[in-house]
Amino acid sequence: MMQLLRNQKVRGIIFQVLTIIGLVAFLWYIGSNTVANIEQRGIKTGFAFLNSTAGFGIDESPIEFSQSDTHFRVFLVGLSNTLIIGFVGIVFATLLGLIIGVLRLSNNWLIKKIAAAYIDLFRNIPVLLQILFWYNVVLKALPVPRQSIELAGGIFMNNRGLYIPRPEWNTTTMAVIASFFVVAIIIYFINKWANKRQEETGEYFPVILVGIAMFIIVPTITYFLSGANFNFDYPQLKGFNFRGGKSISPEFLALTFALVIYTATFIAEAIRSGIEAVKKGQKEAAASLGLSPYQSLKLVVLPQAIRIAIPPTINQYLNLIKNSSLATAVGYPEIVTVFSGTSLNQTGQAIEIIAMTMLVYLTISLIVSAILNWFNHKMKIKER
Amino acid sequence: MTKIAKLSLAALALIGMSATAGTLEDTKKNGYVKCGIDGGLPGFSEILSGGEYKGIDVDGCRAVAAAVLGDAKKVKFVSLNAKERFAALQSGEIDLLVRNTTWTQTRDTSLGLNFAGVNFYDGQGFMVRKDLGVKSAKELDGASVCIQTGTTTELNVADYFRSNGMTYKSVAYDANDQVVKAYESGRCDVLTSDSSQLYGLRTKLKNPKAHMVLPEIISKEPLGPVVRQGDDVWFNIVKWSFNAMVAAEEAGITSKNVDKLKKTSTNPTIKRILGTEGKMGANLGLSKDWAYNIIKQVGNYGEVFERNVGKNTPLRIERGINALWTNGGLQYSPPFR
Repeated sequence: MMQLLRNQKVRGIIFQVLTIIGLVAFLWYIGSNTVANIEQRGIKTGFAFLNSTAGFGIDESPIEFSQSDTHFRVFLVGLSNTLIIGFVGIVFATLLGLIIGVLRLSNNWLIKKIAAAYIDLFRNIPVLLQILFWYNVVLKALPVPRQSIELAGGIFMNNRGLYIPRPEWNTTTMAVIASFFVVAIIIYFINKWANKRQEETGEYFPVILVGIAMFIIVPTITYFLSGANFNFDYPQLKGFNFRGGKSISPEFLALTFALVIYTATFIAEAIRSGIEAVKKGQKEAAASLGLSPYQSLKLVVLPQAIRIAIPPTINQYLNLIKNSSLATAVGYPEIVTVFSGTSLNQTGQAIEIIAMTMLVYLTISLIVSAILNWFNHKMKIKER
Repeated sequence: MTKIAKLSLAALALIGMSATAGTLEDTKKNGYVKCGIDGGLPGFSEILSGGEYKGIDVDGCRAVAAAVLGDAKKVKFVSLNAKERFAALQSGEIDLLVRNTTWTQTRDTSLGLNFAGVNFYDGQGFMVRKDLGVKSAKELDGASVCIQTGTTTELNVADYFRSNGMTYKSVAYDANDQVVKAYESGRCDVLTSDSSQLYGLRTKLKNPKAHMVLPEIISKEPLGPVVRQGDDVWFNIVKWSFNAMVAAEEAGITSKNVDKLKKTSTNPTIKRILGTEGKMGANLGLSKDWAYNIIKQVGNYGEVFERNVGKNTPLRIERGINALWTNGGLQYSPPFR
């Protein structure tokens, strides 16, 4: 018996089993205690509340919503608003981060310092404060609806938000949008063909120039062929505020702005560290092979830099999505504000709603990291 | 994150706490009443510049402390927003919620809570800028409305606009302060809340005279103290502490004449209220002079009303439906017998 205990492997198993038993007992205790408390206090439990009428209004919703819809609909509205803020935030944060990260390595002293100052400033201020700051700036700086600023033809700005003309959904609009997708697919194949040809014959094909030209020419032709019929629904000042067009609320603007500016600093640092980690000898080797600085960046430096930059960037994407829950500070109706805020309070189903919300974040985060891990895996050096 | 953290903590507390009853014993042991209030609402519960709490809700907390502990000052106030309040009470973070909370059927029956009375009869109204030129709530079609989330207000306004065939844009915030700030900066055209609150919030604006409260009252809002369900001893104490204040006004007992009446009065009702006859205190598990302490240290209902929200305060609210039933109002205490 003692001999068995002295065996390291056996001892390891014993401790693992004990830990699991302890954990299960703890969870069981918490669960039964919760049920007992809830029963004793006469609190109604279960998910039946999801089918009851919400009864309150939500201003911003990508899907149809009225106060006679259910709490489950509220959940969907909150979820889609969270996804929108996550998507828009990630796209813009990546673009801004990429630009700042490259500028940070510029040889121009002023540009380099400005990029560095930007990173140091916004990375070191809590993002909640930044959200509140931008929100108050938006509210304080902009005029009331009756004195709106007209930015350009039909675009208005006031302290209720940004109002832009919305294109009507007709054959021209559909055809033009479809043409963009078609061009994108064609360019993908041209690129593949050009790479193959270059590897085989050494001849170079200007994919980027051709691509830009196609993106301009093809949709323009499509526009005229499909009847040249762009109709806009213009925002108009009626009664208390603008009606028609598409409106973007100050809450959304402030939240996106703050999240993008904050997250971009981290992405910029990830990009910079990625580029700097590529050894100087690689660039020198590229130069001695006769590659231009642009070719060296595209063919030698970036492929290696991206591999290093991807994992920290994934973390920043996940952070951005999680930070979007700070919307509750300015009242943007994403899932935390509207579902685990308003719905929770109107129904009192704290445990169910908080659990559902946590599950949503967990799912989104796991999906995002799965996609990016797949991408990371694909970008890895293929050893030959 | 803080609000969510708080809510989650409250949910966690619900998970982790072992079942306890006996709020009275706990309160006596602690030496103070844990009372949830708003903390930012003039007339109901606000924190004065000296750190002193003041308001009709604050006095509700104090009355219970006076009854249970004999000292109205022994209250630990916890400021809560509308979203946090029920979770805080359910989880035992507070023992009593007096936070201008509307008594509704759903809240009373499904949250594991009990409403112990009504300390203010209110109704929902609208406030707008005078220069908007709006004279009636019926003209508000298409307006942006600032609301505090998690309130009955939020539901009433949706019902009101729908039943009148109008649309509105809801701009909702957690805390009253945020709502006022957004309204003041022009984020919305209308601020809606219980009408008493509108008068209170108006005093917080930079230029109160530039704003007006519209005449329509669109809902019933009986505001009252709330306790956890399942502790009837505590429920009775809170219920009768509020009744005692109304009963005192009915009987003409004030904080000024209470000592004299205690010595000289021969009126049996007054004697029962003040504990010189009968065993009302013992029935509640309290001392004989529980109601005397309330009246002496906090005052009767009329005094509390006038001191906090009445004609001589910035809120200038008339007694109206909050007058005693004998004066055509709704305030009524079951008999002390």
